[in-house]
This record gives sequence, C-alpha cells and structure tokens, in this order.
Amino acid sequence: MTITTMAQLAADLKDGKRSSVEITQDYLGRIEQSDHNAFISVDTEMALSQARAADERRAKGDASALLGVPVAQKDIFCIDGAQTTCGSKILENFVAPYTATVVDNMQSHGIVSMGKTNMDEFAMGSSNETSYFGAVKNPWGSNENALVPGGSSGGSAAAVSALIAPAATGTDTGGSIRQPAAFCNLTGIKPSYGRCSRYGMIAFASSLDQAGPMTHTAEDSALLLNTMAGFDAKDSTSLDVPAEDFTASLNDSLDGLRIGLPKEFFGDGLDSEMAAIIEAAVKQFEAMGATIKEVSLPNSHLALPSYYVIAPAEASSNLSRFDGVRYGHRTEEYSDLVDMYTKTRSEGFGDEVKRRIMIGAYALSSGYYDAYYSQAQKLRRLISNDFTAAFTECDVIMGPTTPSPAFAANSRMDDPVSMYLNDIYTIPANLAGLPAGSIPAGFTANGLPAGLHLITPYLQEAKMLNIAHRYQQETDWHTHTAPSSFGGNS
Amino acid sequence: MFTWDQRWEVVIGLEVHTQLLTKSKIFSGSSIAYGAEPNTQASAVDIALPGVLPVMNYEAARLAVKFGLAIGAHINQRNVFDRKNYFYPDLPKGYQISQMELPIVGFGTMDIETQEGTKTIGITRAHLEEDAGKSLHEDFQGQTGIDLNRAGTPLLEIVSEPDMRSPAEAVAYLRKLHSLVRYIEICDGNMQEGSFRCDANVSIRPRGQEELGTRTELKNINSFRFVERAMEYEIERQIDILEDGGKVTQETRLYDSDKHETRSMRSKEDSHDYRYFPDPDLPPMVLEDSFIEQVRATLPELPTEKKARFQSELGLSLDDAETLTTDRETADFFETVFNATKAEAKIVANWMSGELFANLNKSELEISESPISTQQFGLLLDRIADKTLSGNTAKQVFAALWEQEGEVDAIIEAKGLKQITDTGAIEAIVDAVIASCPEQVQQFKDGNEKVIGFLVGQVMQKSRGKANPQMANELLTKKMVES
Repeated sequence: MTITTMAQLAADLKDGKRSSVEITQDYLGRIEQSDHNAFISVDTEMALSQARAADERRAKGDASALLGVPVAQKDIFCIDGAQTTCGSKILENFVAPYTATVVDNMQSHGIVSMGKTNMDEFAMGSSNETSYFGAVKNPWGSNENALVPGGSSGGSAAAVSALIAPAATGTDTGGSIRQPAAFCNLTGIKPSYGRCSRYGMIAFASSLDQAGPMTHTAEDSALLLNTMAGFDAKDSTSLDVPAEDFTASLNDSLDGLRIGLPKEFFGDGLDSEMAAIIEAAVKQFEAMGATIKEVSLPNSHLALPSYYVIAPAEASSNLSRFDGVRYGHRTEEYSDLVDMYTKTRSEGFGDEVKRRIMIGAYALSSGYYDAYYSQAQKLRRLISNDFTAAFTECDVIMGPTTPSPAFAANSRMDDPVSMYLNDIYTIPANLAGLPAGSIPAGFTANGLPAGLHLITPYLQEAKMLNIAHRYQQETDWHTHTAPSSFGGNS
Repeated sequence: MFTWDQRWEVVIGLEVHTQLLTKSKIFSGSSIAYGAEPNTQASAVDIALPGVLPVMNYEAARLAVKFGLAIGAHINQRNVFDRKNYFYPDLPKGYQISQMELPIVGFGTMDIETQEGTKTIGITRAHLEEDAGKSLHEDFQGQTGIDLNRAGTPLLEIVSEPDMRSPAEAVAYLRKLHSLVRYIEICDGNMQEGSFRCDANVSIRPRGQEELGTRTELKNINSFRFVERAMEYEIERQIDILEDGGKVTQETRLYDSDKHETRSMRSKEDSHDYRYFPDPDLPPMVLEDSFIEQVRATLPELPTEKKARFQSELGLSLDDAETLTTDRETADFFETVFNATKAEAKIVANWMSGELFANLNKSELEISESPISTQQFGLLLDRIADKTLSGNTAKQVFAALWEQEGEVDAIIEAKGLKQITDTGAIEAIVDAVIASCPEQVQQFKDGNEKVIGFLVGQVMQKSRGKANPQMANELLTKKMVES
C-alpha cells in the first residue's frame, strides 16, 4: 500500500472525490484492525460528528486547507468530553472538560480529531514502554522481532507509520517527537519554544515542552503546523508573533545553504552504520547547492545532565496536582490525608514517573538547589550560546537524530540511563528553545529507518521545512512503508 | 497595661497578608467576591486541572506598587514569581505561586505613635502571591470540605523588620498598616472576612544581648485585640521557659481566645522545605518607569502628610489630627465638611469627635453609613457660627437630623429653636430674671462673680435654651453693674 499524505486527502476532499466522513470511516476501520496498540481511546462518535461538520462546512464554501482531514491526537492534549489519560493510571478515567488550544486551533480549521494516541506516561520515556496502557508496536518490527516505536509520542508515530492515521500530533520535551519520528520513518517537527500554545497540553517540563506535527512529509508537517501554531493569551509563554504560512517557502532553492555539522555529534556512541547513513544524507544536500562545514557545540556534553536535572525538577512540581483530591484516581481506603496522598500517588504513577519526581524534588531541595537546578540552568545558557555562535557560521545544523535505530522491545527498561542516552542529539534543541526536526534519511542493513536531525535558528521553522521538503523531492526514503503497516506484508 | 520583667527584651516581627482589591484573581479571571456558594468561583485554572496555565492580572501589580510607593519603598521593576511547593487539599496545584528572591516591593518604612513618641518601623519587603482555598472541617461527618473560591485570590504579603518591642507597638503598627491599605484602597481590611490576616513572630532575649532569641510564629489571628493578648501570653510563656532553664522551640502556635493561651499546631514541620524555584510558566515581570509613574499619580494624600497638614495649615492639635486622619472615610468627611462650612476647623473637629462619633459608636455604624450627610453637618455648624443655634440647641438639631426628621433649617423652624439674639428680647428676659432673683443679684453686687453662672442659667431656662448665652451674660452683667 502506498502512503496517502494529508495533502493528497485534502485534494481528494476539495475535488469531491471523497467526503470527510468516508475518509474518517476508512481510518477508523484501519485502527480497529490494527494490533499496534497505538491508541488509548478512539471516540468514533466524536470523530464522525466532526467529519460530518467538516463536510457541511465544505458544502457551504469553506475552503480551509485541511478541512475534513482526520488527525490522531496524542493523549496529552485535553479534549472536551474525551478521555484524557496522559498514558497514566492516575488519569485513567479523567474526561477533560475543556479543549487544548492547539487542538482547538486545528478543529477550527476543520481538522477531525481522531482518537487519542498512546504515549509514555506523562511523556516520560523514549520507547512508549512506560505507558499504563501497554507498549506500542513499531510497524517496522514484527511479531518475532518486536521493536519500540520510540517515545514519548510512540503511539502517534506508530499510528502514522502503520498507515492507520494520516498524521498525528506529538509533544517534544527532550526529543519525544523527533526520536519516534526517526524510529518510524516519519517527519516530526518540534517548533520554536512558544510557537504552539501549551494551554491544555498536560505539562511535563514547562520550559521545554512543545507540541508539533508528526507526518509522512515535510509538506504535511507545514500544513499541520499552520493549523496548530499561534499566540494564545492563556499561555504566558506563548509567543506573540505574526501568523506565518509555513508552506510558503517550501520550494525555495537550497543554493548557498550553509550546513553545519557539529563535531561533537559524530563522536563516540554513534552507531557506525547510522553515521554512514547520515553522512550520505548530508552529502545529498551538496548536490543541491549547499556547503558543509564543521562547527562546534563545545558544551554539548552538558546537555543530557542539565536536562535530566531541569526536566524532572519541573515535572516534580507539575505533577503535584495529581493528588486524588479533585479529579483522577484516588485510593479506595486511607486513614488520613498523608495516607491518601501516599497511596493514591503510589498506585497511580508508574516507576519512571516516580523516579523522575524523586530526582526532581531532590534537585530542588534545600542545600542542593544551587548545585543542581541553578547550575543546570546556567549550563543551559551556555548551550544556548553555543548555538548562537554556531549559527553565525551556518544556516542549519545537521546530525543524526538518534545514536542507533529502533531497539528491541523490553531491552532497556532495566537500565534507565541507557534509555536516557537515546535523547543525546535531540535534547540540546529543547534546552535552547530552537526549532528542530527529524526526517527519513535512509535504512540500515536490517531495514530499519534512520532519521536526519535538523536544527535552525529561533523562529525559522519555515527554513527547516523548506530544507526537508527539497530533500524529500530528491529522495524517496519517506515513501517507504513499514512491513507491519496496514496493507503491508507482515 | 501589660508589663513583664524588664530584664527581658521582646522582639516582634509581623507578617500581614492583605487581599488586594482587584476584580479578579491574580492568575485567572475568576471573581474574588466574598460569600459565594462553594466552588462557584473556581475556574479550570483555579482548580488546577491538567494542562492549565496562569496568566498575570496586572491590576495586582499596580496595587502592590501603590503600596510600595506609599511606604517609600524600593520597587523591584524586574520581579519574579516562584513556586512554593507543598501538599495540602486547599492548594490545588500542590504549589503556591509566590515571590521569594525578587519580590515586587523592597525595603520601606512606616511611622507609628508610641508612648515614647514617633517610631519608624522598617518594612523588609512586600510580595505578591495567590491565596489558597478554604478547608471546612465541620459539617462533613469527619471529612473535610474544600472550597476553592478563595484559591487564586491576590495577596500582598507585607513583612516587617523585627523592630517592635512590645505588644502595644505591634498593635500600633497593625492599626497603622490597616488604615494605610484602606486609605490607598488596595485592601478593604475586613478582618472577619479574612482580607487582612496577621501572623506575629515573637521572641525574647536578655536585655543587652544582640543575638535574637528563638521565635515562635502566632498565626492567622483575626482581631487586633486577640493579636495583642496572644502576644502577651506568648511573652509570659517564653519568659517562664527561659527562666526555668529551658529552651523555646521554634514552632507555629495558634491562639485560643476562649482560654487565652497559645498552643502548638499539631504535626507542623517548622523548616518545611518548599523547594522554591522560579515558575517556568510566568516570565519575569518587567515594570516600565511609565507604569510606576502612572501608579504614583493615583496615590492620594497619605495619612502622615494629611495629619501634618491638618496641624500646620488648619491649626488642629496632634490628637485631633490623629483622630481625623486614622481612616480615609473620616478624613474625607472632615475635609468635605470643612470646605463647605464657615465654621472653624477646631469646631468641625470637636463636633465630629463628640456628637458624631458618639452616635456612630452607639449605633455601631461606620462613618460611611452616617444618617447625617456632610452637607447637613456643615449646615448645622454654619447655624452655630451665625449664632442661629447655641451649642445646646445645636445638639437638639443634631439628634433630629440623626433620626432623619428633615433638613437643618426646617428642624430649627419646626422646633422653634432659633437662638434669640435680639438685644431687646434678651433684655426683657434679663430684666425678668433680675427681678425674680434678688438674692443672687445682691450676691453678685457683693463681689461674688461666680453667681453670674446661675443667673445666665435662669435666662437660658426662661428662654427655653434659645437665648444667646454670651449676650445674656453681657446684658446681665451690664444691668447689674449699672443698677
């Protein structure tokens, strides 16, 4: 089966070849047949009702670009009337009474929200194995060789890659869009911090979290980002910048593009096969008129430790509201307040979440704040400065998205630190708030996708999408379908 | 007056939480009106649903700056919100958004009047924070009801230096602060409703020692009287402990006003680690110079300035000036009356401190609820100045005005209270009195000058209080001397 992009679906809808209801029913059927466990919940009624509304709007002359196209929503976004779990038992039965701004924006453009995708619990993870609702199968694996889809947006990546949803939203705090996109042969973009509203997006690490598109193509990501982005007065960290059409410059020439390759990203720890694929991908750009130069991000090695202080610290505070008092899971029997809190949270949170809450509380505690949290924030400034300096010498920084391709299910759960090392290339962009993305760049000998990582200066998502789109016009990695995808041959 | 063994010096610092008079909460648009049904003024943001975010209400910053300017404090134009993390059911997020390192208002001062004269009290800082909800322990069969209407109400926490040396000084500071925040209209000061909450830090040390003793915190006492008594009890308790060779435990204590004692709050850790860190959901607040100046322009004349002006320009005594400037409404009432009436400032002051306040107190009314308006009051004083009324008859008119029997002149007319100033008319009464009191007249002629009082009294009686007493006195004297 070939991939159907959102652009293609939009064309079909525009030409009247198919209705939104038909398209949505088609995907709902695929979801039902899939065994990837990519979804936590699918409210077919809600999806079809939105599809009908989109068809009605179209009949009245509405010509919004993605009107009537279904998109799967990561279960981190609150949707009014929908079960919203964040992959956790503590919110297993929580039905949100309001809708996240990003989703609301999409829905006002006529996009059909189709299902809530599986994810690592509270977005903490790189394999979708910490979800209370079970692991997700990477369609690039098989029953004999089960692979992780990456995380935390594992369900979104698997759904799009398995062809059971044309596109999905994800969130990225340390790589949670880009790493699963790389593991699943997708285009995944983490926009500039502040580009998309965080209102209604359940918070993990407030200064790092960003919502973004996960699609088959850069063009689709640009179309989807158009409907997601925008200033939101309800989010004090939201950027008040003029609206941008991220598709406008997709076809610009890359002649004269200066590509920077940080020497720190090509050192130890990078799989040699992965290195070769990335190098070949980068060379492709030379043929398109780009120049390549080595740059340096000298403080890169501090990114992972800084992140694993800052993110858990913020998370430990953000997750305090899950206390069983007002909503969510509350333990059934308790003797007093502290007993209620302890049991509720012990029962409701998984191990990785507990681990990070404890790390975070420790890093903020009296006597340790200066050495850990405060220090990490200072290092963050240095990392950000490295990028500012590097961008005086180049227009885009490239490298591998992950050190190695998708790994086997259940292979790293006993070693959290080895799990954390997955994010080594993606984390710096979150710390610096820069736009970053991953695009398919080739396959390993075992047939597993490899992702090329791109970072552009602040607010230059359009440039990044242009670079990705032009690459996708010259290559076809992004058109390969997974063996265990819908209609595939597994 | 409360005293203690003077070998011990008392050190008191006060933290006051004032609810700011904004229309909505500090980080959400919910109303902060008092008395609504539980949980009807608590939005998604207030109840900390997953995914919600705070948005700053700049009116709270404006009122905080207003306070800072009123105490001559440094304003931190760049200030930061921090998260104060702890778990309690009335704290929905599991953290309170407050300010730790960089509060909006820095060091300022406020003068208080003590027995030894004026004393300047330092105010260390004032910062913005959100209030928690309420925990209701009764009516729920052993459970606790949580009302989140109050969660998110803007508070300005005002922290004094440990400059007070007695409960009396502490209360003087609290009263002054209470009056100031109402003066500049940043807080309604309603202690019963919890708009103005005092925590007192009390310690003692041997007189002459520089090092501070261990302090205890007395929390959330909602009347000035209870604050004073709680501190008195605590001072005696601490002295007893130290004199017995023991040590004061640093802890939080509650005051029981029925038993007149303080008690340790159960299961409260003293140095709770709040794991403060800057709130990543709120960028640092940056206040432009123009913002500060706009706020400065809205400051009314402050009590201290007004008091000084009342003395220097209007010639009022310190006591009168103090009484009239204690709160904004009284000061405004006085000035409105004074500017409209021909009467002298002193007369206005006397009538306010006298008849007006006496009646307000008896009827338990605030001056803003006075049945007598400033116009009526002013006109009454005019009628005294133009001698239509004497002090005596004016009191009768006042009483009638209080009962809202009508306007000043109408009452004078209806009760026939117009003072007799016609010389001829008074003369006639004087003649009648002289004729009927030969004994007293003779006493006067024999040199007893004091008996004139009796005779004037007779004139007053015969005229049913309407004769002008000074004129009566003059005419009596003249006639008796001449005869």
